[in-house]
Order: sequence, then C-alpha cells, then structure tokens
Amino acid sequence: MIPFAQAAADAAYIVAALLFILSLAGLSKHETSRRGVAFGIAGMVIALAATVGLTAASGWQLPQGSLGLTLMAVAVLVGAAIGLWRARVVEMTGMPELIALLHSFVGLAAVLVGWNGHLGGDHLSGALRDIHHAEVFIGVFIGGVTFTGSIVAFLKLSARISSKPLMLPAKNTLNVLALVAFLALTVWYVVAPDLGLLIAVTVLSLLLGWHLVASIGGGDMPVVVSMLNSYSGWAAAAAGFLLNNDLLIVTGALVGSSGAYLSYIMCKAMNRSFLSVIAGGFGIAAPTGGDEAQGEHREIDAASVAELLTSARSVVITPGYGMAVAQAQYPVAELTERLRARGVEVRFGIHPVAGRLPGHMNVLLAEAKVPYDIVLEMDEINDDLAETDVVLVIGANDTVNPAAAEDPGSPIAGMPVLRVWEAANVVVFKRSMASGYAGVPNPLFFRENAQMLFGDAKVRVEDILRAL
Amino acid sequence: MTQIGIVAEQPGETRVAVSPLTTARIIALGYELVVESGAGAGSSFPDAAYAEAGATVVDRAAAWASDVVLKINPPTDEEIGLLREGATLVGLLSPALRPELLERLAARGVTALAMDAVPRISRAQSMDVLSSTANIAGYRAVVEAANEFGRFFTGQVTAAGKVPPAKVLVAGAGVAGLAAIGAASSLGAIVRATDPRPEVADQVRSIGGEYLEVVVPEEQKVISADGYARATSETYDRRAAELYSEQAADVDIIITTALIPGRPAPRLITAADVARMKPGSVIVDMAAAQGGNVEGTVPGERVVTENGVVILGYTDLAGRMPQQSSQLFGTNLLNLLTLLTPGKDGVLAIDEDDVVQRAVTVTRDGAVTWPPPPVQVSAAPQAAPAPAADAAPAARRGLGSRARTALIGVGILALFLVCTFAPAPLPQHFLVLTLSVVIGFYVIGKVAHALHTPLMSVTNAISGIIVVGAMVQITDGSLAVQLLAAVAVLVASINIFGGFAVTRRMLAMFQKGAQK
Repeated sequence: MIPFAQAAADAAYIVAALLFILSLAGLSKHETSRRGVAFGIAGMVIALAATVGLTAASGWQLPQGSLGLTLMAVAVLVGAAIGLWRARVVEMTGMPELIALLHSFVGLAAVLVGWNGHLGGDHLSGALRDIHHAEVFIGVFIGGVTFTGSIVAFLKLSARISSKPLMLPAKNTLNVLALVAFLALTVWYVVAPDLGLLIAVTVLSLLLGWHLVASIGGGDMPVVVSMLNSYSGWAAAAAGFLLNNDLLIVTGALVGSSGAYLSYIMCKAMNRSFLSVIAGGFGIAAPTGGDEAQGEHREIDAASVAELLTSARSVVITPGYGMAVAQAQYPVAELTERLRARGVEVRFGIHPVAGRLPGHMNVLLAEAKVPYDIVLEMDEINDDLAETDVVLVIGANDTVNPAAAEDPGSPIAGMPVLRVWEAANVVVFKRSMASGYAGVPNPLFFRENAQMLFGDAKVRVEDILRAL
Repeated sequence: MTQIGIVAEQPGETRVAVSPLTTARIIALGYELVVESGAGAGSSFPDAAYAEAGATVVDRAAAWASDVVLKINPPTDEEIGLLREGATLVGLLSPALRPELLERLAARGVTALAMDAVPRISRAQSMDVLSSTANIAGYRAVVEAANEFGRFFTGQVTAAGKVPPAKVLVAGAGVAGLAAIGAASSLGAIVRATDPRPEVADQVRSIGGEYLEVVVPEEQKVISADGYARATSETYDRRAAELYSEQAADVDIIITTALIPGRPAPRLITAADVARMKPGSVIVDMAAAQGGNVEGTVPGERVVTENGVVILGYTDLAGRMPQQSSQLFGTNLLNLLTLLTPGKDGVLAIDEDDVVQRAVTVTRDGAVTWPPPPVQVSAAPQAAPAPAADAAPAARRGLGSRARTALIGVGILALFLVCTFAPAPLPQHFLVLTLSVVIGFYVIGKVAHALHTPLMSVTNAISGIIVVGAMVQITDGSLAVQLLAAVAVLVASINIFGGFAVTRRMLAMFQKGAQK
C-alpha cells in the first residue's frame, strides 16, 4: 500500500508541477487568465490529494497517526474557511496588504517546517546529515526573513505604522553583519546541532526581515512586495530540499523567479538598482537640483475641467496611488463612461510603479468596471500623448515628472515617465503642492499647459461629474 | 490708497482696457478704481456694470488724473497732457516703433509700462497681450475671409453635385497664424502654412494644417532664440517667393500674419502673385498696420483688385470682437498688476531686478529705459544638456552589465562545485531547481503588466504548496512536531484557498470594452 501511494504521489507531483507552469503561462493574457487559474487550482488539488493519500496510507499503521490525520483535517478546514472569508471581503484597494500578509504565512510555514526538521530528528549519517542540518538552517532563515518582512510590509501598507523609512545608523553594516552571523551559526550548527543555535538563527532572521523592510519607504512597496513574493518562493524551495520533495523545489523556484522578475521590472521602471531599493538607500539620497522657486502654478476649478473635457477629442487619465487612497476609481470610471458616451476617446495610461503593488491600478480600474482594453501601459500610450487634448493626472506625481526626462541633475533622472506634458492640456489633481514620494520637485506643475485642481481626488471628480 | 483709472479709448477703438469682471479682481488687490463714463460702451459694458463691480464712474479729466492709468492704445499728445506728473501709464506703446512717444512720456515724468514689451518667457505668458490679442485676431481673420468668400469652406457631396473644399494658405505660424489655421481647418478647409521657423511644423500639424517648408541649405536655417521670427536670409527669401507664387495660383484664401518685432512687415505676396489668384479669392493681411505683407494692401480698408481678388487690410481685427478682447486684455493687465503688487495692499512697486518688470518699464523717473537687457526664452530647443543626460545612465549600465556577468560566472562555478562534491540526491535537486528558475523567468516574462496583481496572488497561492511538507511531518512521533506541523498546515491552507479565491474574484472583474 505504502509503496504504491508513494509512487502515485511522485507521479501526481510531476503532473501538479506541470499544471503550475501552465497556470503561470495562462496568466500572460486576459483571454487565458481564467483558464490559468483553473490549471493552478487543479494542480493544487492533485498535489494535496496525493499528499493526503500518502500521509493517510503511512499514518494508519502508526499509533499517533489518527491524531495527526485529525489535526490535518481540522487545520485544512479552518485555514480554508479563513482564507475564503478574507478573499471574499477584501477591498480591492486593500489588495497590497492582503498579499503581503499571505506572504508572511508562507514564511511562517517555512520556519515551522524547518523547526520540525530539527525536532523530528533524522535517520541520516555522514555528509547527508550535515547537509540536512544546513538545509534546516537555510529554510528557517529564509522563512523567518519572509515572515517578519511581510508583517512589516503589511503594517506599512495598511497604515498601521508609518510608511517612512526607518533610519538606523549604519543600517547596511547591520544587514551585512546579520548575514555573516547567519553563516557562522550555520557552520556551528552543522558541527554541533543544538536547539539553542536554532533559536538564535530564528531570532536573527526575524530581526533581519523586520529591519530590511522597515528601512524601505512606502513608495518602494511595489518592489518590496514582489521581493517578498520571491522570498516566499525560495522558502518553499528550501523546504523542498529539506524534505527531498521535487514538487516543492519546482514550485518554490517558479514563485521565486517570478517574484524576482517582477522586482526587476519594477526597478527598471524606477531606473534604480535592485540592491539600492532593498537596502533602502534611495530615500536618503539628497535631491541635488533642489531649486524650489520654479515659477507659479495656475489653479482651475471643476466646472472649467468639465468644459475642457467636453470640448476635447481625446482624453488620457494617468492614475497613481493617490487615486487608490481617495477611493476615486468609481467616480473616475463613471467619468470615463460619460465622456465615452459623448464620443470623447478616453484612455488610461498606467506607469509600471503606479500604486503599491505591481498592476495595482489595473485591478482598481477593473473593479470599477473600466474595460481593460482602454487601460494601456506606459509604452503603449507615451507616443500618443502629444496628440492628446487633455490629460488628467489623478494622484500621481513622480511618474509624470518631466525632470526625469529633462534634468540630468535630478535624483530621478533617467526614470521612464509618462510624458503627459506633451499633451495640449494637463490637469493635475492634488491635495497640495507637496513633492511626491521621491521628494523631488515636479516642474510639471509650473508648465504653461498644466493647471492644478486641488482637493480630495474623489470629491473633485464628483464635482466634475456634476458639472458635466 | 493708489487710484487706478480706466479711460475711454479714441473713437474707432471698440475695446476697453478692463472689463467689469476684471474690475472686482483689481479692487481685491487693494486699489481704488475709477472708470471714465462710457469707457466700456464699445464693448457693451455699461457704466452700471462697472459701478456694480465696485468702481466709481467719473468724468474724463478725473479718470486721466489717476495715479495709474490703464488703457489699450498709445496716448495722443492731448492725452499725455491730461496725465498727472509722476503718474504711471500702462498700455500698448510700441516702444520700438515710437521712440518719440517715449521721449514725450519721459519728459512729462510719467512711468510708462508697455504691455507689448512683455518678454516671451513661460512665467510672463499670462501677461502676454500680443499672444492673447493675436489669438483673437487670427480667428477673426478667418471669419472676415469667410464673409467675403462666397463659397463653402468644407467640401461636400450633395445630390446637386460636388462642392470642393476651400484651400487656405496661412503665412506665418505664430499665435495669430495658428489661431487662423485652427479656425479654418475646423470650418473644413484644406489649410497650408508657411513659417521660417521649422520648429513650428509640429504645432501646425497638431491643429490640422499642412506645413510647407521652404527648402534652404542646412547651414542657413535659423532657430529662434527669443520666440519671435527673425528677418530671413536672401536665399530663403528667393525660395519663399517661388513658393508663394506657386501657392497663390492654387489657393482660394491667403491670410498673412508675418511680423518682425521693431521692423516694417516683410513683403510676402507681390502684385504679380495677387494677379495670379482666381477671381473671388480673398486675402486678409493681418500685418496691414505695419505696412502689410501683401502688395496693394490699404491699412484699414477693403480693396478689390482688377481681377476680382478682395484684399482686407483691417487693422482692428481683435477690436471686432470687443467683449472678449477687452476681457483678455484686462486679465493680462490684472496679472501684471498682481506681479507689481506683491503685498496686495494697493501699493504699486516696480522691482527692477525682475526680468518681466524690467522689460515692461519703458520710461521711469524722466528717463527712457527702453530697450531692456536681452532675455533668452526657456522654450528654445536646448542642445547642450542632452549629451550629459545620456552619458550618466550609460556609465551606470556599463558597470552593471560587467558586474552581472561576473555574478553569473560565480553562480555557475558554485553550482558546478556543489554538484560535483554533494552526495546523491542534491545534484538532482539542483538540476530541478535551476530548470524551474529558467522556466519561471521565461513564463513570467510574457505576463501582461495589467495582470501582475493576479499573478502575484496566484504565485502566492501556489507557494502555499509548502503545505505538502507540513502534511508529511504531521504523523511524526513527537507531539510537538505534530502541533507545529498542524499550525503550518493551517497558515499554508489560508494561503492556498485565499490566494486562489481572490485571484478568481479579481479576474472576474476584468472586462473587455467591446460589449459596451
């Protein structure tokens, strides 16, 4: 019975791994995305069924088997209930928090699996035994960093703690020291496996995870969240090494590389190196060309914006995190619909790092029923902006900053931005004249074709709707 | 408190310097405002409207005796006599063309601010009378042409036959030219435009015109440094003349807007060109007041040539739309006054260090202070900083790629060493790991940007696969291990179920627009 269950499980794992790859491939296009999720669910069902079958087959003979199986059933049911409940009630603006929290669970599970690897003892000897010990350590370490890192990201994203970067003196040295300490502890543990060392490394990894993310500012969250996504994958892969399980390795590697790739895309979109983001260095870079008195901005009122929009032929809306904060996506969607009904061509231009999560703006707009084929990427829309009559900048700042393209002395020089200033008219929705996340002054506001509409984005868009 | 007076213009001018709408905003700067009775009559602004806005209606002498006098056209000698000594006069003074006027104002001890001397820099755009007036005049030129032109502008195919669209040539694509191009093309005409500055080609195309370039050798092209057109080279003029004769025979309407600051208008269309035009064609010469771009123009008059071509030399095109002209002029004045009244306390303070204020001040303390030191516009194409901008990222990227190559090398070496020396199951695991990483990169690389959030929640759900590891451990002999494993199973399950459910929810929201 057990050999058959083992063989069946191995076969099932291969099928499941393939289904996971198909699942990610399916997500490449809107048309196939739902099928992709179905593949993922199928893969998960097969993998779980095989594992449950294997555990049950081997567990029956053991005295503690029935307890274990009961625990497993209860844990899965409770976990499923919580997961489905959270998934149903979460607000789309709250997606970044939910995803960060989910990452922390993978980290926690990896830590626990690692601990069990120690507590459960081993039946190995020689080199294999040493490797096993190293695997326990690596698994616990990555899991621990993911766990606290994600918790801090969650707290920052949900505004439970300040999203300002934490500035410990010599923070880079601290990070390097933690890594060195981890290596030393690993060697020590391989030589003399001791529970105290395991506790030490767990604490070390928890502290490191907390410090890494705490020293990164709110605007860099898209990178942080995808980075944690990557870590959670590597944690699963480490557990796979520990347990000799190829499915865990494959899945962990898929998730790990996917998260790393997303981080890479985000960093490229901000024209910054991955290292400088995760080391939290950007927030402290002093703006060099910080010359404040750049001119006078002009204000406009909602009624004039409405007039401008109705006389326009083409309108592009570039949303940013401010739209999510103000929950303005519904009035924006209504505005879009009304303008389209009047024959105005309305499109959206989304910067890759707009929002706090890769693709955040797309999800918000989709929630408000904006058709996805008018929501375009930066590269798709940038060349059309020069022929656009009106651009509405809603809650975005750094992603539309002309200094990035024109001022080589600017801290964000070279960052690809939406060239909204090429349009005939730009209306900037903003709460005040404050700088954006990067702390760089935005010369867009002083351009001749730019006008400011101050106030809460949601209220202002509603004012425009009334004036239409 | 400083008193500002708005005076009536000479007969024939329909505009007025300040509209009732602007009146209230000037008063808000702390000034006391008086209006000459009947000043706004030509623009249909009754005295009562000014009174309602907070101004006092007074007679001619009282209005001219104010501390600051606002008007549009240059004052006559008689009007200068009405000014108080030490008063400030703001208006259009054409300082370059009328030095004798500045002499007389200076002799009278008047501080004169010329609205037409506002420099063309971004900051001063809101005070640029020439732009706002030229915009109105350009539009009106098309309306006047349409009035004389006895045909449709737009082409039509009707049951009674086909009507061809009118062809319009606009010479000079400055503010007036662009306004004319825009107005004519929105009436449906085929619009062509010429201008010695090649950088305006995009602006012409953006409002529906076709830019006709005068082809000259590369080294003779001139890029404008101060935002205005310059006098052109000899070669250019010859080529341009050929172009104009060719176009004259083809088009139905010609609107000329070519002006060079401080000089008579250039002659673009000769009598021979006019003679080649079809009968019924119309020419609007917007430069008539400065001598005209067209041979045969009479300033202020409508002329019909022998071959039936109408030449309009109206010099009051902006004044033919007096209400809005006055409104825009008044707003320009208000913006200048706002700049001159930093305290908003009704005290006029001219800051000589400010480029804009220095430029408009043409006489002060009995002396002529024109011309001001030159100002370079910010909008002129900047060639110098660009190479520096390119160099920095290139250097950064170069370093990065070398480091990346080194890193890849180290990684491959490490993999090789591990697989060589590690015991049985490890090399196989590493093979699986590396292949999966490669697959992961290729698969994720194709994911649409819009789907990044669903992608993250799916990868989140599948990284819950760690539950498999915890499940294997749950039947272990130690109770502690079993409990820890149970917790791991619990949190990983939240991940799996929550992740898939929320992804499904999100994807269900993405809709295509086609069904709308």
